[in-house]
Amino acid sequence: MTESTAGTLRGRAWTFGRDVDTDLIIPARYLNMKTAEELAQHVMEDADPTFAGKVQPGDIIVAKENFGCGSSREHAPIAIKGAGVSLVIAKSFARIFYRNAFNTGLPILIAPEAVDGITKGDELTVDLASGEIADLTTGVTYQAQPLPPFMQELVAAGGLLPYLKKQRAAAG
Amino acid sequence: MTMTEKILARAAGKDSVQPGDLIMAKLDLCLGNDVTSGVAIDEFEKAGFEQVFDPAKIALIPDHFTPNKDIKSAGLVKQMREFAKKHQLVHWYDVGRVGVEHAFLPEQGLVGPGDAVLGADSHTCTYGALGAFATGVGSTDLAGAMATGQAWFRVPETHRFDFEGSLGEYVTGKDIVLFTIGQIGVDGALYKAMEFTGSAIRGLSMDSRFTICNMAIEAGGKSGIIAPDDTTKAYVEGRFLRTPVYYDSDADAWYEKTYSWKAEDVPLMVAKPHLPSNTQPADELAGIKVDQVVIGSCTNGRIEDLRQAAEILRGRKVHKDIRCIVIPATQAIWKQAMDEGLFDVFVDAEAAVSAPTCGPCLGGHMGVLAKGERAVSTTNRNFVGRMGDPGSEVYLAGPYVAAASAVAGHIATPDQVGGRRQS
Repeated sequence: MTESTAGTLRGRAWTFGRDVDTDLIIPARYLNMKTAEELAQHVMEDADPTFAGKVQPGDIIVAKENFGCGSSREHAPIAIKGAGVSLVIAKSFARIFYRNAFNTGLPILIAPEAVDGITKGDELTVDLASGEIADLTTGVTYQAQPLPPFMQELVAAGGLLPYLKKQRAAAG
Repeated sequence: MTMTEKILARAAGKDSVQPGDLIMAKLDLCLGNDVTSGVAIDEFEKAGFEQVFDPAKIALIPDHFTPNKDIKSAGLVKQMREFAKKHQLVHWYDVGRVGVEHAFLPEQGLVGPGDAVLGADSHTCTYGALGAFATGVGSTDLAGAMATGQAWFRVPETHRFDFEGSLGEYVTGKDIVLFTIGQIGVDGALYKAMEFTGSAIRGLSMDSRFTICNMAIEAGGKSGIIAPDDTTKAYVEGRFLRTPVYYDSDADAWYEKTYSWKAEDVPLMVAKPHLPSNTQPADELAGIKVDQVVIGSCTNGRIEDLRQAAEILRGRKVHKDIRCIVIPATQAIWKQAMDEGLFDVFVDAEAAVSAPTCGPCLGGHMGVLAKGERAVSTTNRNFVGRMGDPGSEVYLAGPYVAAASAVAGHIATPDQVGGRRQS
């Protein structure tokens, strides 16, 4: 994510409303599974049963406030990432989902204006490093909120567990 | 500082912290269940960790799909069991000894006042009722915690919810928390610590306090908390395995927001599909037909909840069109309910009593709903498909309204079915 070329994503927008909860993202009846392959087959099933069959690698979820509210299940970002979704853009994220997304390597951006401007099916390109979101269908560009410095550190370390290992090594 | 800030400062080894500070906190306990531990163990091993930080500070609690509902669930619990044995975890509990995690951990004295607790379950916030900082995270955070005993947190701003006065008849912690969520919305306290104060809160039992803090997450909260008092101390004494540290908020503590409500204005509450914030007074919903009533869960499966249900079901029958399922949350609660004769009440009323499990709360087993079916449930979420088919519906309520609805066959208050019966 440090190089803009490596961090440029391209995909179609799938739009959702506010309070998309983790039961909509991956219903609890599938929580007896834990692999990305299994979970991806049921992603967003109770919000849009056709989603898992239609989503293409690179596609981008665009949602309103409080995306990922509800349970702590990491299966939610695992399922989204497993389905090939490259990024979730929302007005705000529920806090456990926010942590889980970083921990599972699912990129997320907070960009309220983009969420209001983007329509389902729009073709988007996103520069993760700068947070610039370009809607190629409408020609409008938006700026996402920058990642807090600590989250940038986590991403740079390769995720939470490598970060903790490094910290522990440094502490001796 | 607020008591949340004091606990986090202590856990971070600092004299003080402020909202917005990023800290590495030392954890007093970390928790996983059968849904979240499998992924955590995979991540722990994949990252190359070989040892847990402290075998006495990790609790693995198989409660969601147990007793194992199918082959895949059995595999998840087997993985936990093997991990617990390999790392000689002190707090591993299997069927027959275990219970619903957020009822079980306080009951067994594994969590207590002043603790910093991290759990790979969103309702970990329950332990705030003891005057602890407790918050839910995902599996990778649990993996990191099991390896290092630490986790990073942004110190949350605290929102204060003050309830003064006396609660009406049959009004419990569940009604207070549903009322609160109805007022502020499902992200009304996003990322915040929710501190519940006031004479009505101080007058509540521990069981009702657990119910309130349990649902802080349904308002987006990072944690819920209630200042420890004599009620807390009486609960903790002789139970908590470590030494309690009692924190209270300073008189000049800063609150980002303060809400003040009169306790008598809190009615018997119901949250309609499909959000916990979609609340309405129970008496306004009378007549909505129901197929199933569930009394249990980490929210309302404690002994006081079962007693309240029994007050209404005693000497009455569950309506012929209703399946009523009662789930004591732990083995100890199960035995106490049995010893108090509550099972006679439930069985005579033609309700089914289950072994401890989260089961139907998340559509797992022991009461899954078909398309078009409707439940009144003392659980915590009424999202689309939460208890089964995406075309089913869940109405959340406390034990009194749930039991009255089971008798009436439709949503009802205790008064609408003739009130409580002592014999």
